[in-house]
Amino acid sequence: MPEVRRAVIAEDSVLLRIGLVKVVEMAGFEVAAEAGDAPGLLAAVEEHRPDLAVVDVRMPPGFTDEGVRAALAIRQKWPSTAVLLLSQYVEERYAADLLAANTSGVGYLLKQRVADVEEFIEALRRVADGGTALDPQVVAQLLVRRSSDPLERLTAREREVLALMAEGRSNAGIAAGLVVSESAVAKHINNILAKLDLPRADADHRRVLAVLHFLGVGDQP
Amino acid sequence: MTIPPRLRRTLTLLTRDVSFLALGAPLHLFTGFLLFMIFGLGWEIIEGQDSSVPVVLGFALLLAVFSAPALTAAQRWRFRRLLGIDIPRPGWQRAQRQYGYHCLVGILLGGLEVLLLSLLLTGVAATTVYVWIWGVSWEWRADHPGYTTQAFYVTLAGLAALAAAPALATALVRLETYVGPGLLGPDPSEDLARRVVDLTESRDGIVDAADAERRRIERDLHDGAQQRLVSLALNLGLAKATLTDLPPEAREVIDAAHREAKDAIEELSSLVRGLHPAVLDELGLDAALSGLAARAPLPVRLRVDLPQDPSERVAPAVEAVAYFVVSEALTNVAKHARGASRAEVTVTRLGGILRVVIADDGAGGADSSRGTGLTGLAQRVRSVDGTFRMSSPVGGPTMMSVELPCPR
Repeated sequence: MPEVRRAVIAEDSVLLRIGLVKVVEMAGFEVAAEAGDAPGLLAAVEEHRPDLAVVDVRMPPGFTDEGVRAALAIRQKWPSTAVLLLSQYVEERYAADLLAANTSGVGYLLKQRVADVEEFIEALRRVADGGTALDPQVVAQLLVRRSSDPLERLTAREREVLALMAEGRSNAGIAAGLVVSESAVAKHINNILAKLDLPRADADHRRVLAVLHFLGVGDQP
Repeated sequence: MTIPPRLRRTLTLLTRDVSFLALGAPLHLFTGFLLFMIFGLGWEIIEGQDSSVPVVLGFALLLAVFSAPALTAAQRWRFRRLLGIDIPRPGWQRAQRQYGYHCLVGILLGGLEVLLLSLLLTGVAATTVYVWIWGVSWEWRADHPGYTTQAFYVTLAGLAALAAAPALATALVRLETYVGPGLLGPDPSEDLARRVVDLTESRDGIVDAADAERRRIERDLHDGAQQRLVSLALNLGLAKATLTDLPPEAREVIDAAHREAKDAIEELSSLVRGLHPAVLDELGLDAALSGLAARAPLPVRLRVDLPQDPSERVAPAVEAVAYFVVSEALTNVAKHARGASRAEVTVTRLGGILRVVIADDGAGGADSSRGTGLTGLAQRVRSVDGTFRMSSPVGGPTMMSVELPCPR
């Protein structure tokens, strides 16, 4: 029997924290600790060394970017803990900071995505597995910044596929999102990689990195 | 006996004007008297008659110099008490105008006042000639056999003087109100300059207060309503995911509620974004604009060329206006620009000017005089002394250019 993975949740709104605990448990994690602010989160991570930390960006006392800074600290000190950040608004610069430090096992989603329980559970698992989960809005912002170059050569459908790749989805995930077959997705991806001069990588994760790097965030894959 | 309203009004006005002029006469003539004394004493010194004269002269000069503020105060009181004209305290920096008033204009006015008061008194005396003539000794009357005829003419003249007096008094009062406040009060241009400073400060205060209020509403919505809505949507999502054995009708209801909750979150977010997004305060204009551009329903190319250093950020009020301009402009493009396939937003800072240009490739023909959106935009730009220009020829393209002053 596989070991049950453990998670820590940091969210200052009690109401939302209760709901988050339920979803995280539904995703198959054991909730080791709950915290209401950044110091509490860091203490919990240090104590429990969880596989996943679900962190709200805006927490007391400053209600600004405490969660982002805590997430960066966690990624640096305890690289085996994946971090999924939740935020009222998403901002590509925070995503860039997060991905620049360490690109695997990072997620950054709008808070309201938790309402789509199944997709959210999928994202939780993906991040805990060392993948990436970027909010579509972050990806849209990244695309806005790069709207003048090789991206112009992509077709509309290819841009959609690129956006989904950047969110961190697998081929199957992209196919489900666009309601097309996986082989069609694979063809699109090949075209995109060729047009953008990106290296072909079989592993989903390395491919995400290449795309994100192309969009201006993250390490050189 | 009732007095007709018109006569009553004339009498009230006359009483007021006469009191005003009667009070003015001694105040105005006081300096005239002093000057007369000074010249007289000066003449005596030239003649060299009395050794105590220079002492008296010095006293008179000192009195002339130091009585000016008291006279000014008395005049201000006279204007305020009787005419309701409030002359601001002038202070010493306007001394030469005050002396001009007291030594030249005032004396002339005083002369006119005395003339008018005498006219009035003479009028009263002449009209009542039949009354007081009985006080004159009977020998005089015996010596002047035609006096009743003469008295008749005198009465007529008196009545004419009395009839003319109110209008003349009013005219003189008007002359004084025309001359007095300008010379006795502070310089009107200084006054205007001070008023401009006051208005600028109070307007900045209002703009800041409005921004603070938007920020407060944004925070309240985020921390209150939005958290609750997310929690509600999450619980509905959980219900949807776990209660799989419910009858289809019940599942449909949950489904609909879930969608509604998510839509409500989306609507609330867009409302908050239109107000004053938190990202603007936390990360600045660049970050806030990229959020806007990413959410626009058409491709937006965003070029922001601002110093990255947080210490060089422009004033929050200016950032808020720039954000609002782009937000409204992109909403307009999406709503009204027919055939627009893309938009371009450029933000640059040239010295003390923040320039925001929004262009689209739509069919043009936008009219800034119609539609409250553009009017509100222009007003908000003006609130920080910015300029708003728009060019939208029929056939396009449409370009909106906003320049906001941002002193370092």
